[in-house]
Amino acid sequence: MDIAKLLNDPVNELAKLLTGLLAGMGLPSALITTILLIIGVVAIGTFCLLLPLFLIWFERRVVARMQDRVGPNRVGWQGSLQTIADALKLIIKEDITPIGADVIVYNISPILSVVAIITMWAVIPFAINIVGTTLNVGALYIVSVGSLGTLAIMMGGWASNNKYALLGAFRTVAQLVSYEVPMLLSLLVPVILARSMEMNKIVGEQSIWFVIAAPIATLIFFATSVAEVGRTPFDLLEAESEIVAGFHIEYTGMKFAMFFVAEFMHAFTVGSLTAVLFLGGWRGPWAEEIPLLGIVYFMLKSFAGYFLVILMRASLPRIRIDHMLDLCWKFLTPLALGAIVITLLFDKLGPALLNVEYARWVGPDYMFARAGLLLLGNLLLGLITLYILSSEARRQRRAAEGEPAADHAAHGGHDEHGHGDEGHGHAAPTHAPAH
Amino acid sequence: MIPLHWYLLLAAALFCIGLYGVLARKNAVAILMSIELMLNAVIINLVAFWHYLTPLVASGQMFAIIVYVVAACEAAVGLALVISIYRQRNTVVAEEIDLMKW
Amino acid sequence: MDALQIVFLLTSLVILAASVAVVTVRNLIHAALSLIVALFGVAVLFVLLEAGFLAAVQVVLYIGAIAILIIFAIMLTRRVMQDTSTQTNAMWWVSAVMAVVLMAALAWLFMPGMSPLTFAITPLVPPADSLARLGASFVDPNQYALPFEVASILLLMAMVGSIVIAGEKK
Repeated sequence: MDIAKLLNDPVNELAKLLTGLLAGMGLPSALITTILLIIGVVAIGTFCLLLPLFLIWFERRVVARMQDRVGPNRVGWQGSLQTIADALKLIIKEDITPIGADVIVYNISPILSVVAIITMWAVIPFAINIVGTTLNVGALYIVSVGSLGTLAIMMGGWASNNKYALLGAFRTVAQLVSYEVPMLLSLLVPVILARSMEMNKIVGEQSIWFVIAAPIATLIFFATSVAEVGRTPFDLLEAESEIVAGFHIEYTGMKFAMFFVAEFMHAFTVGSLTAVLFLGGWRGPWAEEIPLLGIVYFMLKSFAGYFLVILMRASLPRIRIDHMLDLCWKFLTPLALGAIVITLLFDKLGPALLNVEYARWVGPDYMFARAGLLLLGNLLLGLITLYILSSEARRQRRAAEGEPAADHAAHGGHDEHGHGDEGHGHAAPTHAPAH
Repeated sequence: MIPLHWYLLLAAALFCIGLYGVLARKNAVAILMSIELMLNAVIINLVAFWHYLTPLVASGQMFAIIVYVVAACEAAVGLALVISIYRQRNTVVAEEIDLMKW
Repeated sequence: MDALQIVFLLTSLVILAASVAVVTVRNLIHAALSLIVALFGVAVLFVLLEAGFLAAVQVVLYIGAIAILIIFAIMLTRRVMQDTSTQTNAMWWVSAVMAVVLMAALAWLFMPGMSPLTFAITPLVPPADSLARLGASFVDPNQYALPFEVASILLLMAMVGSIVIAGEKK
């Protein structure tokens, strides 16, 4: 057994070792493949269920430092075993089923919530040759499995036989279904740039990270994915001050723990999806030769994304539901559509202007020119959006103060990207004068 | 290998179950659910024929996607109608919605 | 009886059982959840038919949107008094007879022994870039660009229409 090769590429070397072992025992090759697949599935599932132990501790420490306190630091070294203690406590709690609850649906809902997250990890590439499965519709698969999580929340809210749970479930599902639209649209931008929906191919095409070629799509994808998880500032799902605890009021013990685990794992998945789609996934110096380094880069980038999610949680207040739906439908969706149009336009404008054919344009010769042109297009879109927002805000301010709107010509008219009437309910800060 | 007629028989069975649901259920939303079953049977048929006879052209999958679009539109408008009727008449039982506006 | 056939038989068993539950169960929410199981089974069937894109679209569209819409409609139109009357109307036996007759006719048409038609046994292999071909067929003016545009207008009409119909009257 070659230690150097094992350190180089642990997963595939272990797979080869096991294959040799099982073939030596005389099993047919189809059975060996099946056994290896089952072992792979169990490995990914275990990773997804054990990582939240670390994620929860990490989050509690970071949020505590931002709030000028220390966080859990008693149990284990620097409080790292705190999550295990919490899990033990939740396991030994009494398991209550409310009267009139629909027992089967009530029990399936937390399981479905966790299942939706774990199955997302089947297509996320850890390194150049370490990926669960290579679907040619990987990006769409992620959205489709995410919608199973939405269903689980709906079922959980209804099965609890509790008006507040039902109300919480309604609002939650309205939010989640609304935010799937800009998420899908902004997911299209790396698919267009990489010309494939397969996740490993999208990472493979990122000689220059897509965050430089499509910054607006990155921001939209990140914001809408955070809204899909249900994290602050979009955490109406568990607004303690408003509807007690939302859809998981009636869940105790291990079932509540499953919802909890699903939420933290989903937040980390958001970080890792942003890393894979926009930050170059496992790419880095020498990542192609040494897959172990690929895993390291991927985890670093995912944790950077997760850290950003924690930062948002610790510093932003909750957004009101009508503002949130306005933000989604009146700002993010037109902006995402505009980002797609800009990407397509400038991606085809480049080869037309420079008189090269498209196959060379997407190759390594023109990669800086392509990224620069697309960045220019995104800057243009951003400037137009800011102009529309500022003129709309000025108009609202003038209307609130009663002055005649002198700048009538500058109100949110049509621009060439079909934004139309944009900016009515975009973000809380600019609403303040109009209120 | 799975013969083609297995898929066709499955789609036929699904269609007939949906047909029974549409004709026999009282609740309007249940009727709409059975219509979705029938549309799914049609899509299974289309994709099975695409796979077994003409996988090189995209017509089969394209037709299936147009059927998806039609199903989504019909579900949305149908449910909007059901909700609107519920607001007026306070019932969704199909038998009781038998008079036009007078 | 190879592995693919076993998977197909299990999946079709699940689909048929779930769809029978949809049309017979009294509790509407249980019927909606059985519909979701049936639709998921159909998605698995699409994976067997090597149409992966359609499987993903089936889950996103049907389970992620239409099923949730149906559940919303059920919850918004629940009556205060749960009626204890039957959930099938008076002529349910006529519908049952019609469904059985139609199934018998279709079964006679499709069974290889009895039918005058012959059907393929082995599937042909779809090309590796079938997804790219599908996408190209949607925007090629010689292929299916017109149905694509008509479908988008249809969606727009449905969106506007359902907002107008179901919106609160001011």
